[in-house]
Amino acid sequence: MNLSVQIGRLTLRNPVTVASGTFGYGVEYARLLDLNRLGAVVVKGIRLDPVRGNPTPRTAEVASGMLNAIGLQGPGVEGFTARYWPFLAGLEVPTIINIWGTTVEEYAEVARRFDALGGVGALELNVSCPNIKEGGAQFGTDLRLLHQVVAACRKATSLPLITKLSPNVVSIAPYAKAAEEAGCDALSITNSFPAMAIDIETRRPRLANGTGGLSGPCIKPIAIKLVWDAARAVRIPIIGMGGIQSAADAIEFMMAGATAVAVGTANFYEPQTALQVMDGLSEFMHRHGIEDVREIVGSVKMEKRS
Amino acid sequence: MIQDTVRILRNDRETGLYYRLTVRAPRVAPLIQPGQFAHVRIAFLGEALLRRPFSIFQVADETFSVLYKAVGRGTEALARMRPGDDLSVIAPLGHGFTVPQPGGETPLLVAGGYGMAALYLLAQRSPQKGVVFVGGRRGADILCEEEFRALGWDVRVTTEDGSRGERGLVTQPLIDEVRRAAAGRKLFACGPTPMLEAVGGIASEFGVPAELSMDEHMCCGVGVCLACVIAIRKGDGWEYQRTCTEGPVFDARTIAWKARG
Ligand SMILES: Cc1cc2nc3c(=O)[nH]c(=O)nc-3n(C[C@H](O)[C@H](O)[C@H](O)COP(=O)(O)OP(=O)(O)OC[C@H]3O[C@@H](n4cnc5c(N)ncnc54)[C@H](O)[C@@H]3O)c2cc1C
Ligand SMILES: Cc1cc2nc3c(=O)[nH]c(=O)nc-3n(C[C@H](O)[C@H](O)[C@H](O)COP(=O)(O)O)c2cc1C
Ligand code: FES
Repeated sequence: MNLSVQIGRLTLRNPVTVASGTFGYGVEYARLLDLNRLGAVVVKGIRLDPVRGNPTPRTAEVASGMLNAIGLQGPGVEGFTARYWPFLAGLEVPTIINIWGTTVEEYAEVARRFDALGGVGALELNVSCPNIKEGGAQFGTDLRLLHQVVAACRKATSLPLITKLSPNVVSIAPYAKAAEEAGCDALSITNSFPAMAIDIETRRPRLANGTGGLSGPCIKPIAIKLVWDAARAVRIPIIGMGGIQSAADAIEFMMAGATAVAVGTANFYEPQTALQVMDGLSEFMHRHGIEDVREIVGSVKMEKRS
Repeated sequence: MIQDTVRILRNDRETGLYYRLTVRAPRVAPLIQPGQFAHVRIAFLGEALLRRPFSIFQVADETFSVLYKAVGRGTEALARMRPGDDLSVIAPLGHGFTVPQPGGETPLLVAGGYGMAALYLLAQRSPQKGVVFVGGRRGADILCEEEFRALGWDVRVTTEDGSRGERGLVTQPLIDEVRRAAAGRKLFACGPTPMLEAVGGIASEFGVPAELSMDEHMCCGVGVCLACVIAIRKGDGWEYQRTCTEGPVFDARTIAWKARG
């Protein structure tokens, strides 16, 4: 049975990865599960300098999901390299580093630094942040900026590049195409959705930041539709995510067009989820006589029901 | 830190809204240090997905227990679970209290509400017996007074409505005590954040060391999500540290109470 998939020139031994920001820097979960069974470890978003992040409360539980406004707290490129890279470099599975910046130049610089590090599996560009030079326009919701930032990173590195698209657009297809044309090797779909919750007793938002990103099982059907829309628009592979908590969820994403998947919020309540998804996927393939996991990708039958 | 499925041995109402839960956890129990917590997944919680953190109250050979207050969806669902039911726990988690050395400081413990739960193991494992100041709004908030007495500790109770012990806030008898004698003593506290801030203030006013167990909302409990941070002094400024990993117990002097990101 073949479980391996390609993300650009990066080979994943199996299609099950984890979502940035829900798996720390890998080392924290090493005592609870065998990281070497994952397709890849994906780390929390990193920009050039350390970031302090938002005040608390940073998260709020909602029906079948949660809101977060962590504010991309992180150690910066140097802090990450000193503190976490030695551990990650020693794993048998590739590390995908999620990066961001507040200008096109910063993205490119971070990409260049990680290129120089050697041994990084791929870079994932989180484009759901504002460009301060362009007056706060979001990289991920402005076609011109999106193209610029991906193209600049493409020039800065030969590492496989994944663009993590924002779901906050009317139609995702043009954004998927823009990222592909700018030279990236794969897309990650989807990031969390802008959302809000209010404590009615105090009349205050439940997050100190006011608003945050919605994630977890409640977003899954919307995420599946986004993957399906993007898959028809591009030829590059898609890493599907949004509320995956079982193998069945992961297979749904794959049938919609995802080549690989990532487990996010579910790690918080069940750290074994990614491994359970792996086992369940093999079991599904066995049960259906599927020899190659790639046969599942995009296999949803859309013809009219008779 | 272990993830394990544990069997409920008992889960009974203690007083008012407080319950005592005991589980059989032979792999976890021997690892537990005072002030650490368990991150519990409550089955049947349906659409409420996240685990809930609880301080570990007591430990016997193969069991541990927690003392919890039913305050919301999770803790109310937990209160309905029965002996024989299973729970998924990740435990023990976090950086706990420093157990005093033999002949070292005399511990003064300060607890508000379920804060008593976090302090019991420390009282049991401390070579010196000391005083425990326990406060609550009303009598029903005063937990396990007799169990602390049974360890040979001096227990001083205060309630805001005066229905049990002295009337007032738990910090009043504490101030009286450290004013009488501060040297050779150390404070250990767990309870609502305003109480902890007051204890931190008393510690610095009287020059007594203090360790505080902080309460922040948590998601992962193991350091990956960065939900649970509090501001900790560093050099001239401060940085966010994780309550679930660097805490929940922090040296009171390091907490930057007024800092805001
Ligand atoms: C380190 C630590 C130790 C704790 N020890 C105990 C203990 O020994 N006994 C006890 O009764 N309680 C303890 N708590 C508080 C306990 O975790 C909350 O009361 C519980 O999570 C409430 O869940 P709920 O579903 O009933 O409430 P809901 O209000 O429905 O919960 C909604 C969300 O908010 C979170 N939340 C609500 N209140 C708190 C709170 N005070 N602290 C942290 N998160 C909260 C929940 O975890 C959940 O994610 C502790 C908290 C921490 C951080
Ligand atoms: C607490 C938290 C932190 C996150 N941090 C990041 C991040 O740093 N960079 C990023 O690209 N996405 C981040 N995400 C988004 C996730 O990677 C993922 O795209 C999203 O949560 C949807 O998947 P899920 O529903 O399985 O969690 C974060 C999500 C959560 C819940
Ligand atoms: S609860 Fe996730 S980092 Fe502390």
